[in-house]
Amino acid sequence: MRNLTIEDVEYLAMGAAVLGTGGGGDPYLGKLMAKRAIMEKGEVSLIDVEEISDDCLVIPTALMGAPAAMLEKLPNGGEPEAAFRAVESFLGKDAFATMSLEAGGLNSTIPVYAAARLGIPLVDADGMGRAFPEIPMVSFSLAGVPASPMVCCDEKGNEVVFRAIDNAWVETLSRAVTVAMGLVSMIGLYVMDGRTIKQSSIRGTISLCIEIGRRIVESKAENVNPVDAILELTKGFRLFEGKLTDVRRDLTTGFVRGKASFEGIETHKGHSLTLDFQNENLIANIDGKPCAMVPDLITVLDRESGNPITTETLRYGQRVVIIGMPCDPIWRTERGLKQVGPRYFKYDIPYTPIEELVKERVP
Amino acid sequence: MSFRLGIDVGGTNTDAVILDRDNRVTAKAKCPTTPDISTGIQGAVDRVLQESKMDPSGILYAMLGTTHATNAIVERKGLSKVGVIRLGAPSGLAIPPMMDWPSDIVSHIGSDYHMVKGGYEYDGKPISHPENEEIEQALRKLKDSAIEALAVSCVFSPVNNDQEMVVRELAIEILGKDFPVSLSSEVGTIGILERENATVLNAAILRIADSAYGAFQSILESHGVTADLFITQNDGTLMGVDYARRYPVLTIASGPTNSLRGAAFLSGLDEAIVVDVGGTTTDVGILKNGFPRESTMGVEIGGVRTNFRMPDLISIGLGGGSIVREESGDFLVGPESVGYRITEEALVFGGKTLTATDVAVASGFSALGEPERVSGLEKKTVQRVAQRIAETVEEVIDRIKTSSAMIPVVVVGGGSILLPNTLKGASDVVRPENFDVANAIGAAISQVSGSIDGVFDVASKGRDAIIQEVKESAIREAIRAGATQESVEIVDVEEIPLAYLPSNAVRFRVKAVGSLAGK
Repeated sequence: MRNLTIEDVEYLAMGAAVLGTGGGGDPYLGKLMAKRAIMEKGEVSLIDVEEISDDCLVIPTALMGAPAAMLEKLPNGGEPEAAFRAVESFLGKDAFATMSLEAGGLNSTIPVYAAARLGIPLVDADGMGRAFPEIPMVSFSLAGVPASPMVCCDEKGNEVVFRAIDNAWVETLSRAVTVAMGLVSMIGLYVMDGRTIKQSSIRGTISLCIEIGRRIVESKAENVNPVDAILELTKGFRLFEGKLTDVRRDLTTGFVRGKASFEGIETHKGHSLTLDFQNENLIANIDGKPCAMVPDLITVLDRESGNPITTETLRYGQRVVIIGMPCDPIWRTERGLKQVGPRYFKYDIPYTPIEELVKERVP
Repeated sequence: MSFRLGIDVGGTNTDAVILDRDNRVTAKAKCPTTPDISTGIQGAVDRVLQESKMDPSGILYAMLGTTHATNAIVERKGLSKVGVIRLGAPSGLAIPPMMDWPSDIVSHIGSDYHMVKGGYEYDGKPISHPENEEIEQALRKLKDSAIEALAVSCVFSPVNNDQEMVVRELAIEILGKDFPVSLSSEVGTIGILERENATVLNAAILRIADSAYGAFQSILESHGVTADLFITQNDGTLMGVDYARRYPVLTIASGPTNSLRGAAFLSGLDEAIVVDVGGTTTDVGILKNGFPRESTMGVEIGGVRTNFRMPDLISIGLGGGSIVREESGDFLVGPESVGYRITEEALVFGGKTLTATDVAVASGFSALGEPERVSGLEKKTVQRVAQRIAETVEEVIDRIKTSSAMIPVVVVGGGSILLPNTLKGASDVVRPENFDVANAIGAAISQVSGSIDGVFDVASKGRDAIIQEVKESAIREAIRAGATQESVEIVDVEEIPLAYLPSNAVRFRVKAVGSLAGK
């Protein structure tokens, strides 16, 4: 157990953008909410998965809604309390802690806010080890944990708890409720006991995000390049150094789908890399051959500052370093790949782990 | 005759130009910028009127471009104590106003805020109904804490500003008829924190803006200029001086915009890269349809996050006064600069410092000062430094481009003599006449605009009908700002579906622009 400070929240938001692999949403609002809650209620204790008793209840939390509405109608602060009381009375059991579904992006910081508001611990784990575009893409689903009972709460004090027959219904019902609540709701779902969390969660991802963020900030202060530190922490690889020469986006599907091309510089002069994305980065090809693919993590960093660049802010002329990081082993299983492998995203290629691809393909 | 007077208050110089009705330059003048800005404006207006030898009453419009207000925020000088009322409770209590502002600016502005019931959903339904009693109580408390200006924000006020107007009415009753009140719906767009921040900053600089614009008015009056006065705003269009006195924050990003618009006008190009080389820095921007391409990120001013769009600019430490140094076998140009002391320190002016300007003269790009003073420079050195300068600018040009296609490059600003007549990535290097006063010309040729930004439910009337309505309101706004009916056109329509949820809410941002009447 350790205490999570206001400074750690800053680092967490920065690190979450690295594990966000180009997507995951802007952690800014969640960061402010978490900082405010810590100022008011005190620091949050970040606990290891092993510190949870087997029969203790944990409710993961997140913010759901349309980004433009989230920017305008901010939360009240009472939602975590309402969400927890609602689920607790539904199940007839008190909750012990909260945790993150998604370590990458906006929803990395929301559970810190919930934990601080409620004065409960935050579990140092998540369900993705990165960001993915859909809520069911969590390790808990693979372990057979149902998403419901689920709770949606709004800033006015409305709360809706429901149990659905499957995850598709969870999606349908939660969206309908969120629309009615004014396009934003605080959600709690994948309610689990300690035993299940120990079996199904991806461990240590919150402290990893904090550490990545800290190293980026410290490197900046010391005027050294933070890329090596990020690679060391994530066991990642430097895939390519280049300049963005073209980016195309298609917004028609409701996702940010697109392709970016990079021309090599320095040691990669004469080579090219193309990057496919759908909210998050999916596949990187060097000279036409894959060098990293989903579910492994691919992140584009600014070559000078080391700041992560999201798929929405990719732009011609940027000088970047593209890094690849191995995903959690759970995603490399047959069931994991079925849910988040290249074929799920409509690429007709077999998954090959980044460690193998790098040996053959990275010049 | 109808003439226009354009004035640009830059970091080093205050420039003034007079344009005739066909937008030809009839006179131009430069004067050093002074800390109070008014002495510099006074000097530039004196000179430009003298040079033109015209009857000052022939000037119909006078336009001022200044970043005086921005400097006040950045330097934390002369800021007023502001009270904030946010309508939107029970939403938003998790992030109160001014939460992540730097503490040194809060110590000037204070953090007296009240979050009261009110606000709207995306579709205009109330989140909760505002209560006059609660608002009045907040206003009385703010009165007791001796605030000097009031900022009012409201959730989704770009969709409906009725509640903000109610607060303004109540503020008049409690704080007095002339008490300065800034409404967020008149300052910014979607994104309550950024819009509220901009509104608070606006309230804090009202006093400074009032005195700066007041000085501008009296300088012109004392010269017999009876023109309508305008101030240039962030998007390259104009505000009447009375409106600018109420919403000065809308001018904070106007400097680079004027330079880009001036370059577009002088070169006659609508699609081009503009390289503005000053004494210390070079700004590179890009024109799309004759207007600057805007950055996708909001601008931070003095450490405060806003959602104003700045022209997408890359600034580098290269200018006419950049110092040239030799280091480990190669040459470095800038970022250190002799700045305004160039006329004493550069070799061509008899000084002892090798500057970028000296290299330009030695290369034959310019005959500034006394060229023989640099004739002794080694030819290899001159070539290498000139090459470095060109390469530095070429790299920035490449970074700001949207595609690898060749595009014309317009070079403006006093320091543009540093650049050769061909640049990599440029289809053509254009050096327009009067390139040295592009900013003031940009101010003088500005048009007026009207914009609408809000979330609309397209299910009720259909998308096309809604777009038509929004366009018509934008045109009405532009006409209200002074545009002639026949000149108004829609220059920008942005449609952002509130994706992620199966709803019919769409955010539209529409801008109309038109010309002032010629009379």
